[in-house]
Amino acid sequence: MVDLLEYAVRGIPTGCVFALLAVGLVLTYKTSGVFNLAFAAQAYTSAAVFYVLRKEQEWPLFWSAFIAIVIVGPALGLLLERVLFRHLRGAGSLAKMVTSLGLLIAIPEVVKLFFGSDAKSNPPPLWYVRRTDEWLWPQGSKFVFDAGQVTTILSTLVVVLGLTVLFRYTNLGLRMRAVVESSRLAELNGVNAERVSMASWMLSSMLAGLAGVLVAPLFASLNPIDLFTLLVAALAATVVGGLSSIPLTFIGAIGLGMLQAVLAGSLPTNSVLATGLRPGLPFLVLFALLIFRPGLRSNSEMADPLATVDPPLPVPVAVSRPRWMSISSRTVGVVATMFGLLVSWFVLDGFWLAIVISGVVLGVIMLSLTVVTGIGGMLSLAQASLAAIGAFTTAQVVTATGLPVLVAMLIGAAVAAACGALLAIPVVRLDGVYLALGTLAFALMFESILVPLSWVSGGSVPLAVPRPVIGPWDLADDRYFLLFAALCLTVIALAVIRVRQGTTGRFLQAIQSSPTAANSIGISGGRSRIIAFTLAAGIAGFGGGLLASFAGRANYQASFPYVVGLVWVALVISAGARSIQAAVFSGIMFFLLPATLNRVFSWPENYLEAHQQAPEWMQNLLGLVQPNWAVPVSFILFGIGAFTYAKHPEGIIEAQTNSSVTAVLLWTERRKAKVDATSSMDTPQVSA
Amino acid sequence: MSPTADSTEQPTEQPAPLLQASGISKRFAGLMALADVSIQVEAGETVAVIGPNGAGKSTLFNCLSGVLRADRGTVTFDGQRLESLSPTQRSRLGIARTFQRIELFGGMTVRDHLMVADRARSGRGGLWSDLFRSSKPTEEEHARCQAVLDLLGLDEVQDRSADSLSLGKGRLVELGRALMCEPKLLFLDEPSSGLDRNETEEMSLALETVQREHGTAVVLIEHDVPMVQRLATRIYVLDYGSLIASGNTQEVLQDEVVRAAYLGVAT
Repeated sequence: MVDLLEYAVRGIPTGCVFALLAVGLVLTYKTSGVFNLAFAAQAYTSAAVFYVLRKEQEWPLFWSAFIAIVIVGPALGLLLERVLFRHLRGAGSLAKMVTSLGLLIAIPEVVKLFFGSDAKSNPPPLWYVRRTDEWLWPQGSKFVFDAGQVTTILSTLVVVLGLTVLFRYTNLGLRMRAVVESSRLAELNGVNAERVSMASWMLSSMLAGLAGVLVAPLFASLNPIDLFTLLVAALAATVVGGLSSIPLTFIGAIGLGMLQAVLAGSLPTNSVLATGLRPGLPFLVLFALLIFRPGLRSNSEMADPLATVDPPLPVPVAVSRPRWMSISSRTVGVVATMFGLLVSWFVLDGFWLAIVISGVVLGVIMLSLTVVTGIGGMLSLAQASLAAIGAFTTAQVVTATGLPVLVAMLIGAAVAAACGALLAIPVVRLDGVYLALGTLAFALMFESILVPLSWVSGGSVPLAVPRPVIGPWDLADDRYFLLFAALCLTVIALAVIRVRQGTTGRFLQAIQSSPTAANSIGISGGRSRIIAFTLAAGIAGFGGGLLASFAGRANYQASFPYVVGLVWVALVISAGARSIQAAVFSGIMFFLLPATLNRVFSWPENYLEAHQQAPEWMQNLLGLVQPNWAVPVSFILFGIGAFTYAKHPEGIIEAQTNSSVTAVLLWTERRKAKVDATSSMDTPQVSA
Repeated sequence: MSPTADSTEQPTEQPAPLLQASGISKRFAGLMALADVSIQVEAGETVAVIGPNGAGKSTLFNCLSGVLRADRGTVTFDGQRLESLSPTQRSRLGIARTFQRIELFGGMTVRDHLMVADRARSGRGGLWSDLFRSSKPTEEEHARCQAVLDLLGLDEVQDRSADSLSLGKGRLVELGRALMCEPKLLFLDEPSSGLDRNETEEMSLALETVQREHGTAVVLIEHDVPMVQRLATRIYVLDYGSLIASGNTQEVLQDEVVRAAYLGVAT
């Protein structure tokens, strides 16, 4: 019993870390309505500034912290509010979340462009308070908190108390909440919504900065992914507080920290439970809370009471294309695909061929997002994990039974579909943001608990997956593999189109546009959504197997980390969640853009090497460009793409297609009118 | 449940009403939205529920169609208890409804609205047939759809996207979608609100035809007194969540209490 208490007390600092992040997230949500995944990126930005000032520039502690937390944090918040979120105030919570997802991807890469992408090891601590046993309580006490822990605990207490007071007793707190409910109603009541909204963002961003600087020393090196994973771990606490109560969130966070410490201390070390549960516990708790906490399921979106005064949305141009146009666009599509394949077959060298194949295979996985997000209307952040399940199953089946790879891939797809169904049954009952969080929790549970197990991933060395041999064609030849992958992509794309146009697709469309009306005619939302989720999981699983087969092994770290999955989601959603072309395009872009940019950014270096006597200004200018900008710049572009979601939920590609179809239709109509006019002028006697 | 069930075979000696709701109560936090309200509807008749705004009419509909769970009370439909059933299940038993704030499927054509409702009722089509068979509508489906389009005069807008329609046409599409479920009982929540005279007339005509041809029972929430007089044989009057009068349409509309509470006519 005493031991348990001791463990629990040791969990308090961790709990405080969770609390800082969770409270910051709740603050953002309460004051802006944004479920701000980019909170981790904001934290990272301040932490990076602090790192550079304190460690690299060796500034004094106070000024480093001041600049990082009090200047850079709020400035970033202000920037985000002015440039992005101000325009999203009336948007749905899902649109805001997707935007924050884009920021989560883009911001750290911008920071890396500024400060270099080299590893920032041993982040400096924020404060030097002495260990507790040196000043607070007698030496030899069992409970010793070191300097960093004391600082974290104190800061958390100050933040929690301060925010509670802010919301409960001050005018500003009240105004902040009013502006989220309805900025226009608040303005009618004499609140300056602009200023309140800016203040909210600056405050929450400052809190992100504080959290980032405080939390960074917990890790061996400063890196945005660790911060984001920690943020997701802290999400369980925000769910305890129902995304609104700051004291409850705090209690939840402390409880989570203690629970983790008690389990870590009392479970036998080296058991699966200990190694898997300890890192995975917060995600497990998050998942369980999402499923079981009453009130979340029916927590419908806050609707602006003044929404009805808006002019009705512009009617989406009923883009029913005439027959000739769909036939010709389909022909162009087929010809372009053929041309692409021919170029890949005859022209491309091994490097670029591999890029194209990876893109085509990823296109299959992207199609799973088309099904679940585009057709099913659910933002799933777990497609990478489901693809990994397909890849692992393929690898395990081949290794254990020696079955042909193709059969193993199909088994992999089936297993992934089954896992998808199991995940879907509890998760589809959740709404919008909560569903996304449920899938994110699943992805992290999978990554932290299952992936390390050898019966899942094969342990530390990735399992090998051979290439298929189909009749006389050995797909070890990349060109044959390309044909095979393109064939798979085509078949799956046709299937997805059939689902989209068929009864399933229509039912899902009905459920998305009006769940009440869909229920009233007997369409069960749960059933249709489970079907969509399962189908998508199966497609992702097949794609995962295909990717593993192409790469030669089922390598989780290289292909399927959940963060990579987030980039896929941002990419496919901004290109167009419902469109097949968008899925294929984003699959190829994911590999093609970094590779191309790498070539582009290498050009100055190569040029300078060839032209040693180039003028100095040119050397300086071109020397700025680094080839290793390729990945950050592509990710920044992918992230920025997601910002368009709020404006064009149908996606960039779809929006472009629609507008050009409309333009062509208008043009043909005018032309026809003109021809009619001239012909009637030519033959006036007939019409008379 | 079975689509071939013949409604003419209703045993005549059984006087049980089609819908019997007794003692329905619903409280929203401090507000008693419905207090012990009972209504009954016979097969094939039209009943109106009237009352001032906020009287609890839509709440009553929501409790009866399953969108809300009543705190207390029993609902029996066609010999079956409904309280624990979801809206989806109630719909499959033959209850259809429209909404006060129009609820259409954005981006779908009028025809698709009807087709989706028909598929939901018949249970035809699913992932398997989407993938491996044709999901195209059959001849009968086309015919059923066309019948409703003709009945409601929606034929010329059938390929228009539903959210490009006027409110009047939109309400007709909602009615058409509900009719595709081949309901025994139809709840209409303010079908004429936001419609002009012509559209109201069109709506009334359509409802009369539906009743004549299909013998569907209709429960109507409506503020338009002429329309109520024309369609409904009986009226229930709600005020502050309680039933203050019920009975024959003409008698109730003459009732002093009702006029005071609802019509506000000081004559």
